[in-house]
Amino acid sequence: MKKFMSDLIVTENTPLNDQYFLLKLKAENELPVIMPGQFAEVKVEDSPSTFLRRPISINYVDRNRNEIWLLIQIVGPGTLQLSKLRPGKLLNLIYPLGNSFTYPVRKDANLLLVGGGVGIAPMLFWGAQLAAEGFHCNFLIGGRSQSNLLLLDEFKKYGEVYCTTEDGSSGEKGFVIHHSLLQNQKFDAIYTCGPTPMMKAVAGYAADNAVFCEVSLENTMACGFGACLCCVTDTTDGHVCVCTEGPVFNITKLKW
Amino acid sequence: MVDLKVNLGTLQLKNPVMTASGTFGYGTEYYDFFDVSRIGGIVVKGTTLRDRQGNKYPRMAETPSGMLNAVGLQNKGVNYFAEKIYPTLLDLDTSIFVNVSGSTVEEYVETAEIINELDHIPGIELNISCPNVKEGGMTFGTSCPSAAQVVKEVRRVYKKELMVKLSPNVTSISDIALAVEAEGADSVSLINTLLGMAIDSETRKPLLSTVTGGLSGPAVKPVALRMVWQVAQAVKIPVVGMGGIMTAADAIEFLLAGAAAIQIGTANFIDPTAPVKVLEGIEAYMLRHKINRVTDLIGALEI
Ligand SMILES: Cc1cc2nc3c(=O)[nH]c(=O)nc-3n(C[C@H](O)[C@H](O)[C@H](O)COP(=O)(O)OP(=O)(O)OC[C@H]3O[C@@H](n4cnc5c(N)ncnc54)[C@H](O)[C@@H]3O)c2cc1C
Ligand SMILES: Cc1cc2nc3c(=O)[nH]c(=O)nc-3n(C[C@H](O)[C@H](O)[C@H](O)COP(=O)(O)O)c2cc1C
Ligand code: FES
Repeated sequence: MKKFMSDLIVTENTPLNDQYFLLKLKAENELPVIMPGQFAEVKVEDSPSTFLRRPISINYVDRNRNEIWLLIQIVGPGTLQLSKLRPGKLLNLIYPLGNSFTYPVRKDANLLLVGGGVGIAPMLFWGAQLAAEGFHCNFLIGGRSQSNLLLLDEFKKYGEVYCTTEDGSSGEKGFVIHHSLLQNQKFDAIYTCGPTPMMKAVAGYAADNAVFCEVSLENTMACGFGACLCCVTDTTDGHVCVCTEGPVFNITKLKW
Repeated sequence: MVDLKVNLGTLQLKNPVMTASGTFGYGTEYYDFFDVSRIGGIVVKGTTLRDRQGNKYPRMAETPSGMLNAVGLQNKGVNYFAEKIYPTLLDLDTSIFVNVSGSTVEEYVETAEIINELDHIPGIELNISCPNVKEGGMTFGTSCPSAAQVVKEVRRVYKKELMVKLSPNVTSISDIALAVEAEGADSVSLINTLLGMAIDSETRKPLLSTVTGGLSGPAVKPVALRMVWQVAQAVKIPVVGMGGIMTAADAIEFLLAGAAAIQIGTANFIDPTAPVKVLEGIEAYMLRHKINRVTDLIGALEI
C-alpha cells in the first residue's frame, strides 16, 4: 500500500475528559485507502523535546467529510502539544502505515472487539468497517472509571457495547477479562488493543478457548515504515517489525 | 546548471548526498516518498556473514535532539542479500554501498568476497564501529592495530571502492583514519553513533535492553563536525561526513569542514524526503553563492 506524507487541516479538537481528546483532520485531496488497524506517524511542531514523530492509530475514517479521526491520550510533551492544536492548523502525517485486522470467514461469526484505555482507538474504525460488511460486533470496553469510557455513542452505532470500570462507576466492576460476557457467550473471533497486561489476559482467554485472536501492539517506534528496525517483537519467525508486519498480530505468532 | 559530481577514491558519485546505513533500509522503504535514484549513493543496512536477530526490544530511546538505538545489526545475512535483495536493486541509478560487519576478521573477509562478485555494488562501507554488538564491530575500530588488520585483510579480497566507517568512541580518530589509509582504504566515513545511555528515573531501569546504545541525530552534530574536520586534515583519501545532518545548511557545514560527500541518517525517520531536500538546498546555496562545482566547497572553511 502506498504511503503518503502530507499536511492535513485540523477541523476539530475536542477534549473528551482531562486526559483524552479527539482530533479531526481533513485532507485536501481524497484520502487514500486506509484499512482498520493502520496508524499514522504524526509530526509534532513547537514541542522542542519531541524529536521523533508520534505513532497514532486511525480511530475512524469519515469518507463523506474526507476526514480522519485520532483519539489521543495525553501522556507526555508530544501528546500534550497535539491537544493544544486549534482548528485551521496543519498537521503533517505519514500514513497509512502497518497492516490491518483480518475479516472473519463466516458472516454469522460472533465477534468480540476488546479495547482498554486508549486501545479503543483502532476498534471504532474496525467495528464500523465490520458493520458495513454486514458483521455483528460486540464491543467490550474497559476504563478506570466512567469518565474514561469514551465515544460510547459512536460504538453503539456499530454493535452491542459492554463496559467494565475498575471502580464500578459504570458497567461491571473490574477488568475486561472478568466481564460476564466472556462466560456467557462463545466467540468466533476476538480483536484487542490496550495495555499489554490486558491484551495478554485476553489472548490467554482466546488461547484457552481456541478462539481466533488478533492483538494490536504499540511498541515504541523511530520511523514507522520499516527503515530503522527499532520496533521489533519476538515471533515464531524471529524478530519482526511491529510497524510493517504489525501492529496487528495473530496471537499464535507471538512469543508471549 | 551547477556541477554536483564528487569523487570518492575510485568512484564518482553524481552528487554528494548519500543515506546512512541502518536508517534507509534497502532503499525500497523510501520509494513511496521520492525517486531514490536522484541521490548520489545509498548505504544499505549492516550486513553480516550469517543471519542475525539483533538485540532484544526495547532498542530505541528518544533523547534531547536525538535518539539512542541498540538494533545490533539485525539482518538476514550476506547470501540472503545477494540472492533476494540485490536483484531488486538493479534498476536503481545510484551508487549502492553495502555496510559490512563481522565478529571476526574472517567473517569480514568472507562477506566482502561475496559482495565483490555483485556487479552493481560499486563499493562497501566497512563497519568497524558498531557499538551495539558484543563481539567485533566497534572493538575493531577503537585501536589502530586491529583497525589496520581488518582493513588489510579485506583489501586483499575486495577490489572495488573500500570505504571504512570510523567510530567516534576513540581518543584520536585521526590516528585510526591514518591507520586504515595506510592499509589501502579508498575513503573513510564518519561518524558512527556515539556510545550513550538513558535511564527511567521512575522505574530505575535503563530504557534500552542492552543498557547502552548509539546516539545519533542533531545532538551529535558538533562532535561529528569536529571529527570530520580533524580527519580531513590528517588523511589524503576522501572523507564522507555524517552525524546529525537535518538540512542543507548542515550538509554544507560538513563539506566546508572537508567532507567530499555526506550521509543522512536519523533525519530520514522524521522526514523521509530529507535527502532530496538537502540536495536541492545545496544546489540553491551554490546558485546563491555563484559556485559552479560542488568540489569547490570541500574543505573551503575559512579560518
Ligand atoms: C502503532 C501505535 C499506535 C498508537 N496509537 C495511539 C492512539 O491511537 N492514541 C494514543 O493516544 N496513543 C497511541 N499510541 C501511543 C503513542 O504513540 C504514545 O503515547 C506517544 O508517542 C507518547 O508521546 P509523548 O511525547 O506524549 O510522550 P513521551 O514523553 O514520549 O512518553 C510519555 C510516557 O509514555 C510512554 N510511551 C511513549 N510511547 C509509548 C508507546 N508507544 N507505548 C507505550 N508507552 C509509551 C513513555 O515510556 C513515557 O513513560 C500508539 C503507539 C503505537 C506504536
Ligand atoms: C537505527 C539506526 C541503525 C543504524 N545501523 C547502522 C548499521 O547497521 N551500520 C552502520 O555502520 N551504522 C549504523 N547506524 C549509524 C548511522 O549510519 C550513522 O552513522 C549515525 O546514525 C550518525 O548519523 P545521523 O546522526 O545522521 O543519524 C545506525 C543508526 C541508527 C539511528
Ligand atoms: S519503527 Fe522503524 S522499523 Fe518499525
